[in-house]
Amino acid sequence: MLAIIVWPGKATAFRWMALIAALGQLGIALGMVLPRFLAAQQSITADHHLASDFLLRESIPWIKLDLGTLGRLQIDYVLALDGMSLMLVILTAIVMVAAVIGSWNIKQSPKGFFLLFLLLDLSTMGVFCAADFFLFYLFYEFMLLPMFFLIGLWGGARREYAAMKFFLYTLFGSVFMLLIMVGLLFSFHNPNLGTAEDPVYTLNFFHMMASGPDGIPLNLIPGSLFDYGQTLLGFDSRLVAFAVLFVGFAIKIPMVPLHTWLPDAHVEAPTGVSVILAGILLKVGGYGVLRVCYGFFPEGAVYFSFVVGGLGVISILYGGFVAMAQTDFKRMVAYSSVSHMGFVLLGLASLESAGLTGAMFQMFTHGLIASLLFLLVGVLYDRVHDREMDHFRGLWGLMPRYAFHTLIAFFASLGLPGFAAFVAEALVFMGSFQSETASGALPRWMSMVAVFGIILGAVYYLRAYRQMFFGTFDPEGTSTWRSKLTDLTLREYLILTPLAALVFLFGIYPSLILELFDQSASLMREYVLRAAGQ
Amino acid sequence: MEALLPLVILLPLLGSALVGLGGFLAPGFRKNESLVGLIATAMVAIPFFIIAAAFFQFDGTPIQISLFSWMQAGDLNISFSYEIDQLSLLMGMIVTGVGSLIHIYSIGYMHGDGGYYKFFGYLNLFIFAMNNLIFGDNFVVMFLGWEGVGLCSYLLIGFWYKDMPKAIAAQKAFIANRIGDFAMIIAMIMVFNLIGSLNFSDLNAAVADGSLGDNAMWISLLIFIAATGKSAQIPLFVWLPDAMAGPTPVSALIHAATMVTSGIYLVARLNPVFSASPEVMTIIVIVAALTAVVAALIAIAQNDIKKVLAYSTVSQLGFMFMALGAGAYTAAIFHVMTHAFFKACLFLGSGSVIHAMEHMHTVEDPQDIRTMGGLRKYMPATSTTFWISTLAISGIIPLAGFFSKDEILTSLFLFDESAFSIYKIVWFVATLTAVLTAVYMTRLTMLTFEGKERFPDTKHPHESPASMTIPLWILAALAVVGGFLGLPYLIGHGEFHLLNHWLEPVITNNPAIEENASFGKEIFLILLSTLLAIGAVFFTRNLYRKHGLAADAKVKKAFGGLFRVMEGKFFLDELYNAILIKPFMSIGNRALSWFDNNIVDGAVNGSGTVVANIGESFRKLQSGLISNYLLIITTGVVAMLGYLIFG
Repeated sequence: MLAIIVWPGKATAFRWMALIAALGQLGIALGMVLPRFLAAQQSITADHHLASDFLLRESIPWIKLDLGTLGRLQIDYVLALDGMSLMLVILTAIVMVAAVIGSWNIKQSPKGFFLLFLLLDLSTMGVFCAADFFLFYLFYEFMLLPMFFLIGLWGGARREYAAMKFFLYTLFGSVFMLLIMVGLLFSFHNPNLGTAEDPVYTLNFFHMMASGPDGIPLNLIPGSLFDYGQTLLGFDSRLVAFAVLFVGFAIKIPMVPLHTWLPDAHVEAPTGVSVILAGILLKVGGYGVLRVCYGFFPEGAVYFSFVVGGLGVISILYGGFVAMAQTDFKRMVAYSSVSHMGFVLLGLASLESAGLTGAMFQMFTHGLIASLLFLLVGVLYDRVHDREMDHFRGLWGLMPRYAFHTLIAFFASLGLPGFAAFVAEALVFMGSFQSETASGALPRWMSMVAVFGIILGAVYYLRAYRQMFFGTFDPEGTSTWRSKLTDLTLREYLILTPLAALVFLFGIYPSLILELFDQSASLMREYVLRAAGQ
Repeated sequence: MEALLPLVILLPLLGSALVGLGGFLAPGFRKNESLVGLIATAMVAIPFFIIAAAFFQFDGTPIQISLFSWMQAGDLNISFSYEIDQLSLLMGMIVTGVGSLIHIYSIGYMHGDGGYYKFFGYLNLFIFAMNNLIFGDNFVVMFLGWEGVGLCSYLLIGFWYKDMPKAIAAQKAFIANRIGDFAMIIAMIMVFNLIGSLNFSDLNAAVADGSLGDNAMWISLLIFIAATGKSAQIPLFVWLPDAMAGPTPVSALIHAATMVTSGIYLVARLNPVFSASPEVMTIIVIVAALTAVVAALIAIAQNDIKKVLAYSTVSQLGFMFMALGAGAYTAAIFHVMTHAFFKACLFLGSGSVIHAMEHMHTVEDPQDIRTMGGLRKYMPATSTTFWISTLAISGIIPLAGFFSKDEILTSLFLFDESAFSIYKIVWFVATLTAVLTAVYMTRLTMLTFEGKERFPDTKHPHESPASMTIPLWILAALAVVGGFLGLPYLIGHGEFHLLNHWLEPVITNNPAIEENASFGKEIFLILLSTLLAIGAVFFTRNLYRKHGLAADAKVKKAFGGLFRVMEGKFFLDELYNAILIKPFMSIGNRALSWFDNNIVDGAVNGSGTVVANIGESFRKLQSGLISNYLLIITTGVVAMLGYLIFG
């Protein structure tokens, strides 16, 4: 079953093909949730072992190498899903459908476009499913290429600059990840195939994250580079590894001050690509921090919690303030993404179940809402090829249905209760506030400062809404705008309305999806705190 | 009966969906005004009757209704659950009762408006949110309502979307409220952290068993800050006068009778927490007294009929908070109720006047009282009900406003026994404000309905249709008799204070007030406020009857230099703009944008090539098989893609 998801369509690309592939993938993803959802209704017996939370494992030994005196190496092709990755798989499936429909009007070589599109789909799915670090890294790197070409070839005027910037930024992160991976390669052994003395090296998540009741990793080879007490350049090698990996993923999130590729990439990217970028690619960053940084070096999560949380808060405020200053609709939405992804970092740093659940849920809701927002930007841009907010006025009178959908998207994004983002943000606030007394990871003022972000959201969204939708229609551009600015088409309805409905549904009944990863969050919290305890 | 209670929450939501989305999708339905109005009104009126029935059958034990679980994570578990008790029933009756009347009124008022269905859709959504706010048994459901009413307020202030100033007013309202919400969210996370629950009853219980300690002070302070946003107190009240840009029924329902009183409701709901923090109570009473007197002074100098009423609302909300600050929670709720009656009546009356002025098409600004005068002749129903409500708000015995206001003044006076204390000063300010209230309300009514006609006499204004005047009469009647629910302590030692008895199980008032009471003091207070009110009304009436509009000049002279400040609304908007909004915006506009473009991006662009080079050399450093393998894959894929795309 997983194989089908991972290979959604190898055939020649065409938009219907892409749509069918995306829809099929969505169907399969939902098919996987249903049994899980039904099972969740029964009692879940909590096992104090992180790996037990995974389901749907598919494992094939892949690369076997004999490194002579160094030992042996086995890389597995392992795919596995726990609640968190399942949630992201569902998100990817939904966003992909939206993105395909959003790119319907691509004129320039649709074949290549949709092929790259599906390749991107494949690699992101791969990242979320991979349970071997080598495989994860392959997919992670592989994501870069289709994205680079999608922006670089189908983008706007400054597309090459934007694509290059995106490429360099992310490459910077992955180069360091490669370094750590090589180090890790000789640090863990596969207990099924060898012993610590005669190791078969592995990068399998299950072996790497297996830990005893006292939190000590079971399969860590004593004396290896990432054993406890080892140093790298004079620092604790495990903490260095955490920091380096974190920087790599933080670029993807993106975290201030590593964020400037995002607005440029968004502004130049075509609508569908923006949707994927905001809807899925940013989540790879958050996912990586949790799966890789927290998973491999849990004590780093405790050690760096203040820094991670602090950078999260800075992202929230900085992103919000800069969004206030934007005049380009898409740039504003891009900076609001920076702000909203800051909540993910804050939630992760809290090391509380509520905070971790909130961070994961924030990834999910932001994926939906950001997709909605970028599609809405696309609607306008498709019609008049302009995104300057002060060029528009009184759109409510001209495009009431468009105005209605934008209203929902804006208020959902600024965290109005009843929409999904509120639940996520509330959980993050609760978790990060609780942190000082429970896990001691974050001081209280951090969550209080983060709450300030909700005022900023109201300011920039309402200002934008007033500028563009209120007043009488008075186009800055040419008088032909009046005839060009028509209300939503059926295709646009088909994608905007379901997304808006989902954002509402998950705001009223978030248990639908929270149940998937609530357990993962508590297990992760225990895992991290146990590891830090020793 | 209990089975019907969920309908109280759900019907308005259903109505909103039916009317709003129905009108959105079906143009035929949209044009059928009477059907739209009927559905929307029924969706508020039916809940009213359900609440009323529950009110009369209520046996004293709170009823819990739980719909379904909302959010669950870690030890957080929030449900859509509601509590029907004495306080929520009373507030529910006020909201749905006044709400129904205003729905009926709007059928006539909004007739012919292109957004008719939209208006009723928003209005029903508002009632839904308000019911969540009132009946919710925990902070989060309450907050859903709290923000929901803010959204509806935003949509309704900006209802006539073509008018940019209205849009700015809507934006201002929502953002001012959000500043308050900032405090509310912090209060919520504090409560959850301290007691592990967000239920109101758990919080009140935690105060009772002392486990909250000093934190009660922080929580009550934060909730009060949140209330200054929603319930328009200093420093956040500046949004409310601007909110009058919305259609007049909205001003009556949302910005006078219901939404703006939700801060008072919340404080009353959490009365044990507030009673446990005397410092905060002192802050509340001082802020409230300042708000009341400042708003009343501004109201004297305004010429827009709705602006006068808006500042009057701010001032009356100040009275309610003064009562809360003295620990007289029942008095505050009592004033919420009577104020809902007479202020809704006044606003609807002003709507009727504006409606008439607009239809003449001869005056430039249909809301300017300087171009009105003599309307009583043409609009007898409107003017009579308006006069009744004016007398009620001025505190003329035995109308509703007298009883509730007198109870507030008495509570402030009896708070302590010393002759000179903060509460005595506040009492003095409150009494002064009561006099000012009588002055500006009488001036407003005199200039609108009495004296010479100051509009061009080519056309005459007409009385509004019955759908508009019937709600006026009902509200005016309530403004007459509403006060008898709370007869003073003096009469039968509180035996006849029905409201007090009803609310006793959920509200514990400050016991000092009753202990300090004596027959002599009470008689003195009642006589004083009665004489002052009657005196002020008569003095103002005679002044304006004699001089007409020219009397304004005399008032101006009487206030001297202060009048300029009053006219300029104490220049608060200008002050906030200079010290808050401008610096705040420039953080984003100047500082951070510059930083983003020059420092962060500059570093990136400059080092782009360097980074690439470093990356390359790192790759080369790793001479293991793995990286070679990766390099091959990467090159291979690039070549393959290039072929596929360009080939």
